[in-house]
Formats: sequence, C-alpha cells, structure tokens
Amino acid sequence: MKPQKILRSAWEGLMLNKVRSFLTTLGVIIGVASVIIMLAVSAGTEAAIANQINALGANLIIVSPARGIPGAARTMLIDDAYAIADQVVGIAGFSAEQTPPPLTVKANGTSLDSIAVIGTTADFPTVRDYAVASGRYFDASEDERKAKVIVLGAGIAADLFGTDDPLGQTVTVGSTKLTVVGVMEAKGMVADVDYDGRVYLPINLVFQKFMTTMPVGGDRVRTIYVKAESQEKIPSIITQINSILADRHDVDPAKPDFTVQTQQDIIATQEATTAAFRDLLAWVAGVSLVVGGIGIMNIMLVSVTERTREIGLRQALGARPADVLMQFLLEAIILSLAGGLVGVAVGIGGSYLFGALGSMQTQIVPESIPLAFGAAAIVGIFFGYYPATQAAKLDPIVALRHE
Amino acid sequence: MEPIIQIREMTKIYGEDEAAVSALAGVDVTVERGEFVAIMGPSGSGKSTLMNILGCLDRPTSGAYILDGRDVSQLSKNELAEVRNQKLGFIFQSFNLLPRLSALANVMLPMLYNPVEDISDEESEARAIASLESVGLGTRLHHRPNQLSGGQQQRVAIARALVNRPPLILADEPTGNLDSKSSVEIMDILHKLHAGGATIVMVTHEHDIAAHAQRTICVRDGKIMNDGHCAETR
Ligand SMILES: Nc1ncnc2c1ncn2[C@@H]1O[C@H](COP(=O)(O)OP(=O)(O)O)[C@@H](O)[C@H]1O
Ligand SMILES: [Mg+2]
Repeated sequence: MKPQKILRSAWEGLMLNKVRSFLTTLGVIIGVASVIIMLAVSAGTEAAIANQINALGANLIIVSPARGIPGAARTMLIDDAYAIADQVVGIAGFSAEQTPPPLTVKANGTSLDSIAVIGTTADFPTVRDYAVASGRYFDASEDERKAKVIVLGAGIAADLFGTDDPLGQTVTVGSTKLTVVGVMEAKGMVADVDYDGRVYLPINLVFQKFMTTMPVGGDRVRTIYVKAESQEKIPSIITQINSILADRHDVDPAKPDFTVQTQQDIIATQEATTAAFRDLLAWVAGVSLVVGGIGIMNIMLVSVTERTREIGLRQALGARPADVLMQFLLEAIILSLAGGLVGVAVGIGGSYLFGALGSMQTQIVPESIPLAFGAAAIVGIFFGYYPATQAAKLDPIVALRHE
Repeated sequence: MEPIIQIREMTKIYGEDEAAVSALAGVDVTVERGEFVAIMGPSGSGKSTLMNILGCLDRPTSGAYILDGRDVSQLSKNELAEVRNQKLGFIFQSFNLLPRLSALANVMLPMLYNPVEDISDEESEARAIASLESVGLGTRLHHRPNQLSGGQQQRVAIARALVNRPPLILADEPTGNLDSKSSVEIMDILHKLHAGGATIVMVTHEHDIAAHAQRTICVRDGKIMNDGHCAETR
C-alpha cells in the first residue's frame, strides 16, 4: 500500500469524527502552547532583568556589604571609596551612594512627602550613565565642603516648579534649605526604582544633615559603583578592590564582609533563580504534553475497539498487519502534529498577548518551537504505537464477527 | 485446466488436549473453474470453518489447500492478505460495508490494498463505477449504506467483491439478512456472474437458495457427505 494512500485513509478516519479528533488534540495543543509560552515568559523575564542591570551604567563594578554577615553594613565607609579611587589602577570614576530615610521636599509653595534622597559623589552622572539635562551636577569640592546644593530628578522638578526654571531656586529638604544647581534627564522606572522621583545631594552633606542618628565609627555607604576604563580591566580592578578592602576591613580575603560584583555576575545570579523556575515550568508543560499523549492513546484504543469490524473487513479485503498498523499510527501522529501545529500558533499568539496585556515581558525562544513540535510528534508516535499494534494484531475472523 | 480449489485431507482442530475440538476431520473438496457450488450442513458441522480456510482468513491444522494452482495452506499473514486481495472476493451475510463511506468509496477499498498493481485514483474510481453499474447501482454511487436498502447494500458488497477481478467469489449466507424479493435479486446477480464465467462458492442453509447452485456439498460433523444429497440442514 502506497504511503500517500495510507495517509489519506488515516486522514479520512479522523475526518469521520471531527469533534472527537479535535478534542483529542486539545491536550497536545495545551502542552505545546504552554511549553512555548513558559519559555517566552522566562526568557522575557531574564531579558528584562538584564536590561535593568545594564541600565545601571556600562562597565560597572558594584561593591556592597556582604549579605548575611552581621555588622557588614557598618564596615563599608566613604573612606573605602576614597581609598579605591586613590589606589586602584584602571578606573574611570566611582560613585559612592547612601540613602537616608525618605524626607519631605518643599519649594515654591508645594510640599512632597516621603521623597527618596540619594547622597552621591560627584562622578555619579558619568559612572551611572545618567546625564544632567539642565544646569550641572555638583563637583567634588562642593561635596567635600558639604555645599548646600541639590540636583532634582525630572519628575520632582516638574512637580515642584512645573514649567518654571528650577535652576537657582531654593528647595527645602527636611529642614535644610538647598539651592538647585541641576535637573537630571528623564530616565523613568528601572528595576522598580523611579529615578525621576528622587533628589540627588552631595553624599557628605547627607552624612552631616540626614544620617545623624547613625552610630559613630565613620560615614557608612550603601554601595560603591566603580566604573572601569574598559571591559578588559574589570578582572584586575576586582582583584585590587578585594585586596584593598580586605586589608582595610582587616578580614580574611576568603571570608570578606563585602561583595564585589560585575553586572554580569548579578545577571547570572538572577538567571540562576529564573532558570530553576523556568525548568520547573518546562517540566509542567512537558507533563501536560504527556497527558495529551495519553489522551490520544485513550481515544485511539476506543477507536480500535469501535472499528474492530472495519479492521476485520479491511483485512479480508487484503490489508496486511503493517497496513493496519500504519493507518492507526498515522492517525495518532496526524492528531498530535495537528495539535502541535495549532499549539505552536496558540503559543506564539499567547506569548504576544501575555506581553501586550500583562505586566510580564515575553520573548519567544525560537528553539522552543521545533522543540515543542518535535515533542508532540514523539508523543504521537509513542502513544499511538500501542493502540496501532492492538489493531494490527486482530484476527480477521474474530474482528469480522465483532458486534 | 486445473481446478480452482483442491482441498486434500484437511483437518482443523480448535484448542488443545482435552479442550480440542475437531471442526474439520479430513475433508476433500474439488471445485472446477466456472462452477457454482453451495455448501450446506447443520449448525456446528464446520461450514464456517471451511469457509474461513477457503477465504484464507484461517489456516488448516493439516492438509493441503491448492488455490488457483498455489498451495496456500501454510502461508504467512502477509502472504494470506495478498491472496485475499488478489484471488478472492467476499460476500458476507451482514454486508460489512463501512457505514461512513459512500457506495463508491466502499467499492474502491480492495484497490487500496492491491499489492501488485498501483492503481491511480481515477482508474480506481472508474473501475469501482463500472463494478457498481454491473450490479445496477450506477445511480447510487454517492449514497451511504444507511441510505440504501438491504438488497442494495448487498449489491454494493458484490460490486466490491468483483472489483479486483478475483478468480473466486466466496459468499457466506449472502441472502441470510434479506427479504425474499431482495434474495431473488441477489441470486439473479450471482447467476449472471456465473453465466459470465465466475466461480462461486456459497454457504447457505436454505434449500431453495442452494437450488440455484449447480452442485451442493454437504458437511456434517466436519466431514463431506455424498455430494448432491443434503436431506436435513441447520
Ligand atoms: N474459534 C473456535 N474455537 C473453538 N471451537 C470452534 C471455533 N470455531 C468453531 N468451533 C467449533 O467447531 C465446530 C464447527 O463450527 P463451525 O465451523 O462454526 O460450524 P457451522 O458454521 O457449520 O455452524 C463447532 O463444534 C464449533 O463449536
Ligand atoms: Mg457458521
């Protein structure tokens, strides 16, 4: 029997019961679609994380207190940042940052509650790739002498001054009067941080005015961002920072109370968590494919029983066991491939829809399409084979007599 | 010319040991080409067993079955399938049409499994139409079985049995499910086929149906009784 003829009779067999054929493929459709959507969601999440971390600035090395070590937050000081700036070779700049509890910001008759105040050093705009839109950022000497200046996030500037020029105006932060010297460019939300809704002050002024409740022992910083002159210098800079800080903190370099990370490190850590999540989702999707396959097997077994007489008749008319096997196997494969095809379409459409409607970012993984489709085909062959052998094994005499 | 069917010392035993049932106990049958033979006998005598073996649906326990010059008694399943397709046309008591297919598609089925010739769709359709016309159903090509009367359905089955032009037609109680008027129609068609040179072997338990045949073979307790004398059947 010619392959295309077997194919046609398999197709005709399925068309005899269209509704049932469609329902049978639902499991595979859902399985394939969910494989594609799951992978698109986790790829989208990873991409979003990578974007956010890269938005911190290029060629950054991030120095922060080690997590889970008691007292580590107390040992990272502004002097550590100055030591790094003085001694490390290959750096283009640094930005030490500290954030006091949110404060009230007033100007021009408007008062804004609970505004994030960020103390930074002078290189903040270049290190963090975050430019000043008008005016200027404060310089190192202003920072050193705790000059009463402030740079506004774009949103704060608009909230306080509307369309007026804020430069030279006075803004009261807490109870301290400050002069506006600059307004940052609009940056929006990055990694859940609203850069435009913050104000930026010299870090030494922040230490003096807003961190007074902190115990003595030096001015503590939350993070030191170090910008490397180039990508290639990053490994050497990390080594230098590690040794300088271990020395200054007097800790075992193998058990530091600080961490020195690149953006790639952070992305990799984040990816490790999302990868575990993604693998779990992929397994769930895989299981639903198998359930879909079992659905196909179930229906094919029912179909073989229902069509026993038909099988007997075909055998009487000259169908060989292999012809019967192929007919039923092909029916199962067509079912799962059709399910796979529809599933791919639903998966792609669903991924776009998720991305467009939900808060999730999705990114279709091209490999997931052949992967899911191939899995559907294998499911069809695997779960179709047993019912097909049951059909092929039938004794024509018994089959013909079947009621 | 050699006979179409030669059966020698054929036995068929179902089961084993104490459970063994001897359905055929040494049977010799010869059917010449162009003959129209009826097989009669009481219930349980072995008619169906004999027909199954004649139809290459089952294999004898021992003995020879020469069909159209070839010993087919111990062929493999695949070889038997080929013999059924090429040498035999089946007419069943219950018609055995596929309910969802049209008359035409039902008649085309045997050509689907033809292992010798690769018949194109057009050719296959043309042959099926010709076959249906020969049984007077040229106007019912696209009817489903449930849109046809019993007699018409059996005529579709006959058209299907003829379409691969087999040298032997096997009919198992072909009028068993039909009223007397349809039975007459079917027997007329079988007569015509016979007159046209076809060889027909038919199982029946009705004397008036058997009377249409040239010769009657009587089976009793798995043995052939004297040809031509079947007093009691069923
Ligand atoms: N598949 C089978 N298994 C066991 N015994 C069978 C089987 N088929 C038929 N027989 C037995 O073989 C004998 C002949 O049966 P069968 O050929 O069906 O007779 P008939 O068709 O003339 O009524 C009976 O005794 C029957 O019980
Ligand atoms: Mg019987």
